[in-house]
Amino acid sequence: MLATEIFEKLSLIFRDIFDDDAIVLKPELTAADVDGWDSLSHIRLVLAVEKTFHISFSASEVARLKNVGEFVNLIGSKCS
Amino acid sequence: MSNSLYQNLAWLPKAPADFATRCRSLTQQKDNFGKRLQALASHALEENELIRLAKTIGRARESGFSFAPMTSFRLGLISNSTVDFIVPALIASMARYGIALECVSADYDQGIQEALNPDSAINRANPDAVLIALDYRGLPLRAKHGNPEEAEATLRAALGHVLTIRSGIKANSKAACILQTLAPPAESLFGSLDRVLSGTTSSLIDALNLGIANSAAGTEDVLFDVARLAETVGLADWHSPAQWNMAKLPFSNSFLPLYADYVSRIIAALRGKSRRCLVLDLDNTLWGGVIGDDGLEGIQIAQGDAAGEAHLSLQRFALALRERGIVLAVCSKNQDEVARLPFRKHPEMILRENHFAVFQANWNDKATNIKAIAEELSLGLESLVFLDDNPVERALVRKLLPEVAVPEVPDDPSLFVRMLSAGGYFESVLFSEEDVKRADFYQDNARRVALGKEVGDLESYLTSLKMEITFQPFEETGRARITQLINKSNQFNLTTRRYTEAEVARTESDPNFFTLQVRLADIFGDNGMISVVICACRPESAWEIDTWLMSCRVLGRRVENMVLLEVVQHARRRGIRKLKGRYIPTGRNNLVEHHYAKLGFTQTRQEDDGTTLWELDVNGASIETAPMVVHNVGFAMEEA
Repeated sequence: MLATEIFEKLSLIFRDIFDDDAIVLKPELTAADVDGWDSLSHIRLVLAVEKTFHISFSASEVARLKNVGEFVNLIGSKCS
Repeated sequence: MSNSLYQNLAWLPKAPADFATRCRSLTQQKDNFGKRLQALASHALEENELIRLAKTIGRARESGFSFAPMTSFRLGLISNSTVDFIVPALIASMARYGIALECVSADYDQGIQEALNPDSAINRANPDAVLIALDYRGLPLRAKHGNPEEAEATLRAALGHVLTIRSGIKANSKAACILQTLAPPAESLFGSLDRVLSGTTSSLIDALNLGIANSAAGTEDVLFDVARLAETVGLADWHSPAQWNMAKLPFSNSFLPLYADYVSRIIAALRGKSRRCLVLDLDNTLWGGVIGDDGLEGIQIAQGDAAGEAHLSLQRFALALRERGIVLAVCSKNQDEVARLPFRKHPEMILRENHFAVFQANWNDKATNIKAIAEELSLGLESLVFLDDNPVERALVRKLLPEVAVPEVPDDPSLFVRMLSAGGYFESVLFSEEDVKRADFYQDNARRVALGKEVGDLESYLTSLKMEITFQPFEETGRARITQLINKSNQFNLTTRRYTEAEVARTESDPNFFTLQVRLADIFGDNGMISVVICACRPESAWEIDTWLMSCRVLGRRVENMVLLEVVQHARRRGIRKLKGRYIPTGRNNLVEHHYAKLGFTQTRQEDDGTTLWELDVNGASIETAPMVVHNVGFAMEEA
């Protein structure tokens, strides 16, 4: 799957979870930049990504994520 | 498949694609908020949709919206795992049952403190009930294996923990408690020995669950059998070790909608909102096939036949429901005497007429009939469940009578019972003598009741079906199906003349015949060939309608009007001035006794055997059309 495709799908997930259609994902985006991106919505994000992309993450993979770019790379590595 | 039936709440209609937009528009006006909310919540919502709806509900509460006619309910939640997703899921799911829920939850793993402290958040909130949702991983369930005394002590301590929370709540807030059983882990230690060896997690949980269940029995507290639910969907799916490790989620988050619906139905039952009456369709629901067309010998209800067995198990389940106090009724598009025949004459039927309080078999729309059933039984529409294999009937009843629960059913009748049961419509928190007597109280004499005024706006429903009708003269590819319909249709059949395939084939090229095969599609799919017409040329520019039949599945949609319009248009182009109709009564086709009168024909004669003859002036005919797109295929060029 292409990174742009992942970005597109991931944007939809972000917009749904944070209920904000204005969110535009950039690789350097972090939790500090998004209103309401706390540990619980992080779990929701991870679960929604697992469901959408039909993949699963280990707890340590989730803990390591620093920004959207790393998230996209991780998804990409599991979808190949 | 079966797991997803539960996980996806498959008995509920699918959520609309524009769910987020609909959520937003809920709070854009205050009128009728409670009803609109309940309608939106009554779809199969997934985890994030539940959370979104709960946020909308929260905003409505802050803005002072009225939740009428919903019942308000305050629930305390004590748990030793993460409940941050459970709370919004409960708030949204409870709306499905007409309950406006406020939820107060204790801090993570603060169960005992919260229960024992009179001044805790939960006790101060004065809840109507408190859900005690404990996970085995947070309980002291360790004992040496093979040491019964130690296992017993461990068990006493664990049960004591649960009961201490419960009595704390009782003492401080007087709320009823909803006690959960514990879902055992999927993993075993010894293997099958786990169940019998004292001190294993598995045997400790078994005993603890029994202790919890027994402690609730006969009290005002109720049980939520999570262990059973988890086993139903499969323990390996229920538990997600990754999600437990990541966030202490007590079960896989994909079961959040299911869990929340189960809690909701228990609370609905506590508030007396369980349903009380099951209204059943007949053809292809209680038996396979169509009694009016297939006859007593043709319907599938015998043992030894897969379809027959499936329908029998539905009958068995309906009878078991009746024995626990659920009232049964029939709502079927059929001729009354014909519909009653299997109950009277078929040796394999489990259900008999005296199991039904009301028996509505007629050709009127089902919404009007169901309303009449509710009125006759003095039950509110919200007490009724309507089971029908036909998606068009289900959608009609849902639209016109939104209070009635109408489970979706899969095509395979083998799954009807599972679907009906999974929907939890008859969830009950107790069972008494009165329940047993209730069915008799309603006098199960299978009476027929008069219909009230037609309910709702059928016309807009017909439009919403987006029907497309296709007319085509007889030709080779349709021939087999045409012949089959000619030889099998009994009810909507004006003359009941039977023809062989060779006879049908001859009409294809004979200029003395005008023929139509009719197909109908709608938003639920393609109904295939649903009507057949044969007109024979007669002297003095007349056509006699030799054969006119239609499938009863598409009754009530004015398909017959569109068919007549099509015949009339072709007749006009060919200079035909008169259409002659004939109704030959057979005892099974009373349905169409007034067919020609309704379509504007004039009766010209009545014969001794009851046969009536009719005429229509082709050029003067005015026909009420129906909202559907018309396609013509394969008509000769000279007509155009």
